[in-house]
Amino acid sequence: MIRDITIGQYYPADSVIHKLDPRVKLVGTMVFLVSLFLFQSFSGYIVATVFLGCVIKLSKVPLKFMLKGLKAVFILLLFSVVFNLFLTDGETLIPLVGKLRITKEGLRLAVFMAIRLVYLIVGTSIMTLTTTPNDLTDGLEKGLRPLKKIRVPVHEIAMMMSIALRFIPILLEETDKIMKAQMARGADFESGNFIQRAKNMIPILVPLFISAFRRANDLAMAMEARCYHGGEGRTKMKPLVYKTRDKMAYGTFVVYLLVVIGVNMVGRV
Amino acid sequence: MGIIKIKDLIYEYARHDDEGNVESVVRAVDNVNLDVKKGEFIAVLGHNGSGKSTMAKHINAILTPTEGTVWIAGKDTSKAENIWDIRQSSGMVFQNPDNQIIGTVVEEDVGFGPENIGVPTEDIWKRVDDALRAVGMTAYRHHSPNKLSGGQKQRVAIAGVVAMKPQCIVLDEPTAMLDPMGRKEVIATVRELNEKEHVTVILITHYMEEVIGADKVFVMDSGKVVMQGYPREIFSQVEKLKKYRLDVPQVTELAYELKQEGIPLTDGILTIEELVDELCRLKLKI
Amino acid sequence: MSIKIENLNYIYGKGTAYEIKALRDINLAIEDGEFIGLIGHTGSGKSTLIQHLNGLIKADSGAIYVDGENIYQDGYSMKKLRGKVGLVFQYPEHQLFEVDVFSDVCFGPKNQGFSEEEAAKKARLALQSVGLSEKYYKQSPFELSGGQKRRAAIAGVLAMEPNVLILDEPMAGLDPKGRDEILDEIARLHRERHLTILLVSHSMEDVAKYADRLIVMNKGSVQFQGTPREVFSHYKELENIGLSAPQITYLMHALREKGFSVDVNASTIAEAKKSILKCLRANAEPEEV
Repeated sequence: MIRDITIGQYYPADSVIHKLDPRVKLVGTMVFLVSLFLFQSFSGYIVATVFLGCVIKLSKVPLKFMLKGLKAVFILLLFSVVFNLFLTDGETLIPLVGKLRITKEGLRLAVFMAIRLVYLIVGTSIMTLTTTPNDLTDGLEKGLRPLKKIRVPVHEIAMMMSIALRFIPILLEETDKIMKAQMARGADFESGNFIQRAKNMIPILVPLFISAFRRANDLAMAMEARCYHGGEGRTKMKPLVYKTRDKMAYGTFVVYLLVVIGVNMVGRV
Repeated sequence: MGIIKIKDLIYEYARHDDEGNVESVVRAVDNVNLDVKKGEFIAVLGHNGSGKSTMAKHINAILTPTEGTVWIAGKDTSKAENIWDIRQSSGMVFQNPDNQIIGTVVEEDVGFGPENIGVPTEDIWKRVDDALRAVGMTAYRHHSPNKLSGGQKQRVAIAGVVAMKPQCIVLDEPTAMLDPMGRKEVIATVRELNEKEHVTVILITHYMEEVIGADKVFVMDSGKVVMQGYPREIFSQVEKLKKYRLDVPQVTELAYELKQEGIPLTDGILTIEELVDELCRLKLKI
Repeated sequence: MSIKIENLNYIYGKGTAYEIKALRDINLAIEDGEFIGLIGHTGSGKSTLIQHLNGLIKADSGAIYVDGENIYQDGYSMKKLRGKVGLVFQYPEHQLFEVDVFSDVCFGPKNQGFSEEEAAKKARLALQSVGLSEKYYKQSPFELSGGQKRRAAIAGVLAMEPNVLILDEPMAGLDPKGRDEILDEIARLHRERHLTILLVSHSMEDVAKYADRLIVMNKGSVQFQGTPREVFSHYKELENIGLSAPQITYLMHALREKGFSVDVNASTIAEAKKSILKCLRANAEPEEV
């Protein structure tokens, strides 16, 4: 199941979205996320759906691949829907046992919540699927550079993120290996109550932590050996420079935001 | 003075008990002297824990001597102001291919070193191109390192060092975690760098087949250099090598055993061809 | 204990774009008490196959019979299987986790449901058979040397008292002496405790020296099987699938080409020595007469 998480995975393809400056994609994702919470009506979601649909189409990433990322958050999705569905006050639609009932507002909220969550995840996946982690951190580093003035270690944070992203797949594979090895020694990860199960994780977690520390140690040494000494005096192999398409993308975001606000106003009137 | 000069190197580290008190002092490297000339291919042999890796880390100024001095291209590694020059002129490749690749795309990883030393952007691209070509990994430049084989990953790591244009490369058991194909790949790459680009190579290993072509072999045991010489001289001392938990290639061992049986072979036979020639010579005599 | 594998197929990443046929129609029989060397290029399916034997991966089709019982039949206990077929992964020391060596070795038998006392007894025996002396029992496994860690980890599987022991490259990363020590230990377990051994290795020299029978895998299928002498006589084909023969095999062929009447199928130093000496002395004799 761990392998189903698509956030943080890069899907190589040759598309306009892939070629966009990572800063543009970061801003775009932010704009999209904000817009999701601005909407009060279904018409707003039509706008968001159209926008999202176009971006997915342009990105050349198969929809199937993107939706796979949802599997990992299915439980969360289910929870929020159920909570909203049953625990919202309002006009009763379908009465259930005792105080439990489905209200009109509840149904509405549940559907909105589900759409928001799904779009939120798909929207962020598009960014990570079309941007190499390195580009992404480059974008963050450069985009957040103003924060350096107030002593935020922007470069260090960006480097940490990029290393984390590189090691996630390696550590996942390792977890799988350790789990199998302990199963070969008769360990059981599937039965028992919650506490028992948590206890059963120790034979996986201890080796995993040790391995992570060992890797961190090795990596730090390898980086030092290659003259890494922080962001000072560092040049870039792929410096970020805005191109025409990036400016056009920014334009699109402005238009999108305007439409969203417009639809919202109309919806309210 | 050679490109690498190590004089009376001693390295000690303290072992602490649970309370953090010094329990004992371990001498990992004990009075090592080494002089490597530019363009040489040096092999350092030794069992696990013989101090060879600790010694190697001094060449890249990852460790600095407790006593004694290490000079790389004439620069003393214990002086803080030399450290970046030294790390640039002597690159290091480590054992675990996964734990030394920083980039998520091959070419970005190769560019990491040049970025760190402030090489201008266009220059980085040229260096990356050249380095990838030198290790034969150009076709994989846009790949994720996670999808490569062990041997390929190590070649990327070597390219990452080559892109810094070092004068020498230290490889600390680069093949220990690889399969036979990967091992051959990496050794062939290192050999080519040494022959074509005249990069000085220090290869640390415990695979004997890999050191046959070296210019000089050093054997370490409990922190000391216990044997040194040409591969042939080293390999003629089968018993002594075994004492140091090492081994010899199968042909060398066979030749040694045949000699024990009274067959008059020369000492230190290293390759199949040599043994075949020797036996042919004997047959003619008979 | 015998293992029989029938028409085993396994597809990795089924239903995704990355589908790989990891095992294709494997048919094998492993007899009680054999010492088998399993060789193959990285990605040939060796690791996938051994994980099937231990029930960690379930085949898409086919059957595995352990002692005549199909492990895929309803109600077959995987736990019981893992007690019969022990699997030592590559770099097994990476799975050590307990506070001391002894408790770590007890982990397996305790999972099998044995009492503290019984587990301790089994652990003691296992640690003895890998040659770890009592002074290490109460030490943290992380303080041991590389070779000792590996032994402790192997003991962790041995303590479950399996009849079949599968080891995935148990020598990886060790120095030459360490390799020999581990291999000798395994050979002793085979000899003295009559364990059936399945040794996965990249070293042709080692499998030639220790195994009675070799299984060669390529692209998910069994390409060759037989005694080391038989298998290494296919040395040209082995090269085509990314493998090789021991250095000795090449030497013997080179000698034969030069007109020596040596045994070309000799694959160990001992065999080669005998054959060369015989050949040289046979040549020398006429003159002595």
